[in-house]
Amino acid sequence: MKLTLKIWRQKGPNEKGEFKTYVHDKVSPDMSFLEMLDVLNTELIKKGEEPVHFDHDCREGICGMCSLYINGRPHGPLQTTTCQLHMRSFKDGETITIEPWRAKPFPVIKDLVVDRSAFDRIQQAGGYISVNTGAAPDANEIPIPKKIADEAMDAATCIGCGACVAACKNASAMLFVAAKVSHLALLPQGHAERKERVERMVAQMDAEGFGACTNTRACEAECPKGISVAHIARLNREYYNAMLTSYELPSKAGGDG
Amino acid sequence: MNNWFIRFLTSSVGKKLLMALTGLFLILFLVVHLSGNLQLLHNDGGKSFNIYAEFMSTNVFIQTISKLNFTFILLHVLLSLYLTIQNRRARGGKRYAVTSGKSSVWASRNMGILGTLVLIFLVVHLRHFYGEMHFGSVPTVNYDGKEVRNLAAVVDYWFSKDWYVALYVFCMGALGFHLWHGFVSAFQTLGLNHPKYNGLIFFVGKAFAVIVPALFAYIPIAMYFNL
Amino acid sequence: MTLDSKIPDGPLAEKWTRHKFNLKLVNPANKRKYDIIVVGTGLAGASAAASLAELGYNVKTFCFQDSPRRAHSIAAQGGINAAKNYQNDGDSVYRLFYDTIKGGDYRAREANVYRLAEVSVNIIDQCVAQGVPFAREYGGLLANRSFGGAQVSRTFYARGQTGQQLLLGAYSAMNRQIAAGKVKSYPRTEMLDVVVVDGRARGIITRDLITGKIEAHSAHAVLLCTGGYGNVFYLSTNAKGSNASAAWRAHKKGALFGNPCFTQIHPTCIPVSGHHQSKLTLMSESLRNDGRVWVPKKPVKGLTARDAAKIPESERDYFLERRYPAFGNLVPRDVASRNAKYVCDEGRGVGPTGLAVFLDFSDAIKRDGKKTIEARYGNLFDMYQQITGDNPYEVPMMIYPAVHYTMGGLWVDYNLMTTIPGLYALGEANFSDHGANRLGASALMQGLADGYFIIPYTIGDYLAGMPYEKISTDRPEFKEAIEQATGRLHRLLSIKGKKTVDEYHRELGMIMWDYCGMSRNEEGLKLAKKKIQELREEFWQNVNVLGSANELNMELEKANRVSDFMELAELMVDDALHRRESCGGHFREESATEDGEARRNDNEFAYVAAWEYKGENQPEVLHKEELKFENVKLTQRSYK
Repeated sequence: MKLTLKIWRQKGPNEKGEFKTYVHDKVSPDMSFLEMLDVLNTELIKKGEEPVHFDHDCREGICGMCSLYINGRPHGPLQTTTCQLHMRSFKDGETITIEPWRAKPFPVIKDLVVDRSAFDRIQQAGGYISVNTGAAPDANEIPIPKKIADEAMDAATCIGCGACVAACKNASAMLFVAAKVSHLALLPQGHAERKERVERMVAQMDAEGFGACTNTRACEAECPKGISVAHIARLNREYYNAMLTSYELPSKAGGDG
Repeated sequence: MNNWFIRFLTSSVGKKLLMALTGLFLILFLVVHLSGNLQLLHNDGGKSFNIYAEFMSTNVFIQTISKLNFTFILLHVLLSLYLTIQNRRARGGKRYAVTSGKSSVWASRNMGILGTLVLIFLVVHLRHFYGEMHFGSVPTVNYDGKEVRNLAAVVDYWFSKDWYVALYVFCMGALGFHLWHGFVSAFQTLGLNHPKYNGLIFFVGKAFAVIVPALFAYIPIAMYFNL
Repeated sequence: MTLDSKIPDGPLAEKWTRHKFNLKLVNPANKRKYDIIVVGTGLAGASAAASLAELGYNVKTFCFQDSPRRAHSIAAQGGINAAKNYQNDGDSVYRLFYDTIKGGDYRAREANVYRLAEVSVNIIDQCVAQGVPFAREYGGLLANRSFGGAQVSRTFYARGQTGQQLLLGAYSAMNRQIAAGKVKSYPRTEMLDVVVVDGRARGIITRDLITGKIEAHSAHAVLLCTGGYGNVFYLSTNAKGSNASAAWRAHKKGALFGNPCFTQIHPTCIPVSGHHQSKLTLMSESLRNDGRVWVPKKPVKGLTARDAAKIPESERDYFLERRYPAFGNLVPRDVASRNAKYVCDEGRGVGPTGLAVFLDFSDAIKRDGKKTIEARYGNLFDMYQQITGDNPYEVPMMIYPAVHYTMGGLWVDYNLMTTIPGLYALGEANFSDHGANRLGASALMQGLADGYFIIPYTIGDYLAGMPYEKISTDRPEFKEAIEQATGRLHRLLSIKGKKTVDEYHRELGMIMWDYCGMSRNEEGLKLAKKKIQELREEFWQNVNVLGSANELNMELEKANRVSDFMELAELMVDDALHRRESCGGHFREESATEDGEARRNDNEFAYVAAWEYKGENQPEVLHKEELKFENVKLTQRSYK
C-alpha cells in the first residue's frame, strides 16, 4: 500500500508545530497502525531525519498509553485503541491526517506525545477506597450481586487513554471521571467515601480545566472499552446527592506517618 | 467560594444541572404556549385566542410565572454562553485540523448555534407580539360586553407576510433540533438514565422535538394559506 | 562469596510466622525518618509503595511510562491464584505450594513457595476491599475457575483483564498515599543506575525522559520492581518499553543474577505476520480447552487458514493428541510450545511464514454449537479477527509460541534482598518462586505477595539497623554514577552509524530465539555467544541514534535499553550452556529421554545459579545456592 501521511510535528512543549507530509509506500495491510509508523521512523532515521514521537507501550489494547487523532477520530476509524488498529482499515492511496490529542489539560510534549498527568491528579483526588494493607475482611464477607459486580467491572475497564477527552467537542473528562466514580459507588466497599470521592474528583476535574459535558455521547462512541454514558448519569446523581447531603470535607485522608 | 451551595452550582456539573432544569421548565412553557396558539386555529375570528391572551397577560399568577420564565430564559442563555466559552477554552489554543463528526449527532454538537437561532427568533417574536400586547397599542374588540385586546389581528397581520412566515417556520426547525438533543440530554444531566425508562424518555423526547415545533410552525402556514 | 538465603528454621508451615516474629521492627514514630525508593509501578512496585507509605515511610516511585497505571502488569489476562478453597474442592495452602513447586520443576525454594501460597489468601481479601471487581456468582460470592490444567478451581479473575484490575487497585492505593503526601511519584523517569555507598544501596540515578535531566535521589533502601527481561528476544508478549536496564545495572553494581536462562514461552500467541512485527499478542491458553492443534502430515507451502478445509481429515496430524494421548491439547505450556516448534522445523508449519500451527474449533462448534463457543471465547475470537483479519468461527486460528515471562532475575534472599545490602528486588524482577517454569495465574500472585505482604515486614529488619541520617547526593559515589550514566548516553549519541536501534534489537532477538529459545543445545549456544559478542561490538560502532540527550528522545531510550539487553543476552546463554539438564522452560536437547521428552538432572543441577559480574568482557562467576527439598519428593513430569 502507498499512503500519504500528514503528521503533526512539534519539537517541544513551547515550540510552534506544523503538519509535515510524508509519502509512505512500505505499508502492508497486516501492519498495525503503530507498526506502520515504526517503519516510517526507520526510513526517517536512515535519511537522518528525526523520527516521529508517539506514545505507546503494551500494544495489546490495555495499557492506554497510545493515543493519536487519526482522520478526525481518536484511535482512528475503529472503536479500539490505535495499537489494535490495522492498516487493512485504510485504502491504498489514502491520505491520513495524524494529530495529537487536543485539550488544554493535555499539553503537547513533542510531536504526537501529550501530557495526561491531569488524569492521575483526578484519581489522586479520590479515586480510591481507603483500606490499609492487612486491614481487609474476608473477601467473601460481603456478597455483591453479580449484576452490580458486572456493572462495576464495565466501568472499571477504563484504560485512561483520554480518547473521551479527545473526542468531546468540549474536551470534557466526564466519562473518565464517571467511570471511576461509578465503579466505586456501585461496590459496597466504596460506599463509606462515596460522597467525598465524587465531590473531590469533580472539583479536581474542573480545576484541571476540562470542559463540561453536553451529552453529545461522542465519548461513548469513541471509548475503546465501550464505557457507557450511563456512568455519567450515575456520576451526576452521586454528585447531587453528595453536594446536598454531605458534611464538610475532612482534610486529606492517608497514612499517619 | 467556600459556601457549599455556590460551590455546587458553579461546578461544571452544577452548571449543567441549571441548564437542564431551566431547559425543562422552558419545555413546559412551550406546551402552555402551544396550547394557547392552537386557539388561533378555531374558526371564530380569533375570539378564543384573544380571550386566552387577555387572561394570560392580566392574571397575577400567570404574570409571576412569566417573570420566572424570563429569568430562566436569561439564565439558560447566559449559562450556555459561559459554558460555551469555557468549553472552547478547554480545547486549548490549537484546534483539530480534521474532525469527522461520525461519533455524535449533529444537533448535539451545535446546540449553541441552534440556541442562538431560537434566541433571535424569541427577540423578534417578543417584540411583535409580547411587546405589542404589554407596551404597544393593540386595538380592542368587544366580546359579550367585555373589552379585549385583539392580539389575533396582530398575529394575522404578521402571518400574512411571507418573509415572516418563512422565518417563523425556519426557527421552529431550529427549535426542533434544539429539542431533539435538549430534551433527552436534560434527563441524562439530571442523572435519569436507566434501562427501565430510557426508551420512554427517548421516545417522548424525540416525539416532542418533532411534534411541538411542527404544530407551532403549522399555525402561520395555515393562516398564511388560509387552510 | 557465599550465598545466604536466610531461610528460617522450623517446620515449613511455621517458617514465615516465626520469621516475622524474629524480624526487627522500626518504631512507628521513626518510620518517617526513612526514605525508600521504588523503581517500577507494576503490581509489585505499586503495592509495595502503597503499603510502605501506609506504614509511615517516605516513598518515591519511578516509572518510565506517562502514568504508574500503565505498567505491563496491566496486560495479564487470565487470573490470580489463591488457596481460598471457596469451591470446597480440596484446595489448601499446601496444595498450592505443592503444585507451584512441582510446576516449577523443583528449581525453587520450598520456604519461599510455601510463603507465597500462605499469603495468597490475604491478597484476595485486600484486592476485594480496594474495590477490585472480581467475577462473581449469582449469589454474590466470588467465582473461581480452573486454570492452566490445575486440578482445583483456585483462580480468581476479572473477565480477561485481571492484571488490569489488580494493578488499578494497587495504583489507587498508591494514589491515596500520593494525596496524603507520603508517596512522591515520578512518571516518565527512568532509572539509569543504583548508587552504592559503603557497600549499601543508598540511591539511584534517573533521567527525566521529557527534559533529559539527569538527577540523583538518595534513600535508605531501594526496591527494584522493574519486571522481566523477555524483550531480550525483541518479539515477546511484553510491552515495548519493558526492559532489563534497572536490574542489569544493579547486577553490574554487585547484585547477583539468578537463573537467567529460565524463560517461559507461551504456546498460544498470534504468529508473526511480517518483518514489521513489533510485538506478539497472547491469546488466553483457555483456548486449548476446545481448540485442536494440528498441521498437515505432509508439508504444504504457505497453507492459509482459508485453505485449511481443503486438507482432508486423513492428511491432518493432531500432533499433541498423537504424542500425549492422556493430556492431548492440554499439555503444559513448554511441551505444547516445543512440539509446535518441532513440526515447524520439519517444514510442516502453516501460514505465509511457515511458523504457525492451526488451532481448530470446527469440531467444538459442531459439538457444542456456535453460541456456546461464542460465550466462552467471543472476546478472544474478536481480538484475533481484529489483528489477523481471519474469522475463527469459519477458519482455524493460527498460533505460534512466544516469549512471555522470565523466571530468572536478580537473586534475592528470603527477605527479597539482593546481594547488595539495602537493594531489594520484587515481582518478576527477582529470580522468583516459580523455579524453572511458572504456572498460569501465579505471576500476579507473586507480584502482589512481594509488595503487599512480604516487603513491608522484611524491610523493617534492615532499616532498624540503619542510621536515620540521609546522605547527600553531592557525595562522590553519586557524582561518579551520574558521570557514567551521562557518558554512556553521549557515547550512544556520538556513534552516528548506519543501522537503527530496532535493527540491532531484532537481530539480537533472532539469535536468542534461534539458539536460546524453546530448545537449546551446546553447539547452538556457543555459536550464539559468539554472535552476540560480535553484534554488541558492531552495535557500539554502527548504531545511529539521532537527536540530543536534553529532550524527549525515544530512540535514545531504546538504544540505552538495547545496549543492556546485549550484555544480558550473553549471560543468559552462559547460564543455558552451563545447565546441562532439561527443566521447566529450559530444554537442553542433550538431556532428553529416548522419545524426546525433557530429562531433569537433580543430582547435578538442583541449585539456583547465581552469576556475579566481574567487569567488562570478563567471564561472570557462577555461585550455587543448593536447593533442599525436605517436604516434597522430586518426580519427573509426564504427560503421556
